Amino acid sequence: MIEISHVNKWYSPTFQVLTDCTTNVTKGEVVVVCGPSGSGKSTLIKCVNALEPFQSGDILVDGTKVNDPKTDLPKLRSRVGMVFQHFELFPHLKIIDNLCLAQEKVLGRGHDKAQAKGMQLLERVGLKEQAQKFPAQLSGGQQQRVAIARALAMDPIVMLFDEPTSALDPEMVSEVLDVMVDLAREGMTMMVVTHEMGFARKVANRVIFMDRGEIVEDAAKDDFFGKPRSDRAQKFLSKILSH
Amino acid sequence: MNYNWNWGIFFQPNPMGTGTYLDMLLSGLALTLKTAALAWVIALITGSIVGVMRTLPSKGANWFGFAYVEFFRNMPLLVQLFLWFFVLPEILPRAAGLWLKQLPNAPFWTAAIGVGFFMSARVAVQLQAGISSLPRGQKMAATALGLTTVQGYRYVLLPMAFRIILPPLTSEFLNTIKNTAVAITIGLLELTGQARSMQEFSFQVFEAFTAATILYLLVNAVVVTAMRFLERWVAIPGYITGK
Repeated sequence: MIEISHVNKWYSPTFQVLTDCTTNVTKGEVVVVCGPSGSGKSTLIKCVNALEPFQSGDILVDGTKVNDPKTDLPKLRSRVGMVFQHFELFPHLKIIDNLCLAQEKVLGRGHDKAQAKGMQLLERVGLKEQAQKFPAQLSGGQQQRVAIARALAMDPIVMLFDEPTSALDPEMVSEVLDVMVDLAREGMTMMVVTHEMGFARKVANRVIFMDRGEIVEDAAKDDFFGKPRSDRAQKFLSKILSH
Repeated sequence: MNYNWNWGIFFQPNPMGTGTYLDMLLSGLALTLKTAALAWVIALITGSIVGVMRTLPSKGANWFGFAYVEFFRNMPLLVQLFLWFFVLPEILPRAAGLWLKQLPNAPFWTAAIGVGFFMSARVAVQLQAGISSLPRGQKMAATALGLTTVQGYRYVLLPMAFRIILPPLTSEFLNTIKNTAVAITIGLLELTGQARSMQEFSFQVFEAFTAATILYLLVNAVVVTAMRFLERWVAIPGYITGK
């Protein structure tokens, strides 16, 4: 589904943010990307739907080359759902309109059909009653659930999550993770940048550990948590799992 | 001070035979409103386009926006009007120049377009600031949903940017109205021009300019009130200044 091969990205010759990153996510797989801040994990996930350009290497999503100038990027992006750290709901639109905008303007769905789909997804994330409210009237956890529903409304073939719970109060983390766990169990292909190791243990198939722009470890979940091969991954794990 | 106050002067016939002195002032007011309205439309439209260009990723668009703004805001409005009115017809090909000079209502069109362009540079800078003040993730979220750049601006960035800059935009609207007074120098008989002629015909300088002052204040009070209503009308529930 997602094939990342030898991706390099730099801002200047001396400032390399991604170094020879190679990995892939197969259909139905849940891959968690973790690592210290500044390790390039957010950058890598943003390269997948070409929100960030990169200088060399290739990324293919469902067989379509992301870094090919001939690729219809809006079309490709409309099939890749993305959830951001800071939700990024559109503040001037009601919740239901946040879910309908891209359905109507990008997919060309009729208003009624888009509304029906939106309401169905809001019900799924438990926010049907909030449909007529504005984003600023919802809590962080609710907003992030809306953001997930907004991405799902496009019927994506893969979902990207960029630290979806990092900006949330601790008590709201679980309501968002619950939605994500459900999604994973239904077979959605997911690439998730997160520090939530509980989530990784529960539903991940593979865990990728990044440090200083490199993929240091790319292992099946049990191998990663059981016996990480690299020192850096071991240190990282010992620090975040010690509490 | 030896001055013969005569507040009744407004109801005496003016020497042009177009009614009373009050009629003269009111016709000036009408011309001020017409000039300001056209100038504001020009300022809003071209200012918005240039403001957006200054925020686009394209270097060419940035450069054009920069050059446009610096050209129109770094020259006194008075000089600009003189350039449009006296210089432009001379440097154009003979036929075009002649056509311009013989244009009926030339002072009106010159004033509206000249003030419009002058103010558009200010609108552009404010819109640019409004767009730049939005979180970077907003544009990313729009892009990630598959919206094109135009759609992203139309449905996501501009609705918020305009809401944010509404208060300073009100000031620019008021400035546009007041700046039309400069057009007296190219022979436009707007409110200031008519007050001046009233003074010259009747020698009642204080009455004439007291009336002009009150009329300007009234017009601007109406604009300020209308903009307050607009601000309240587009306010987003729960958001910054929302209810």
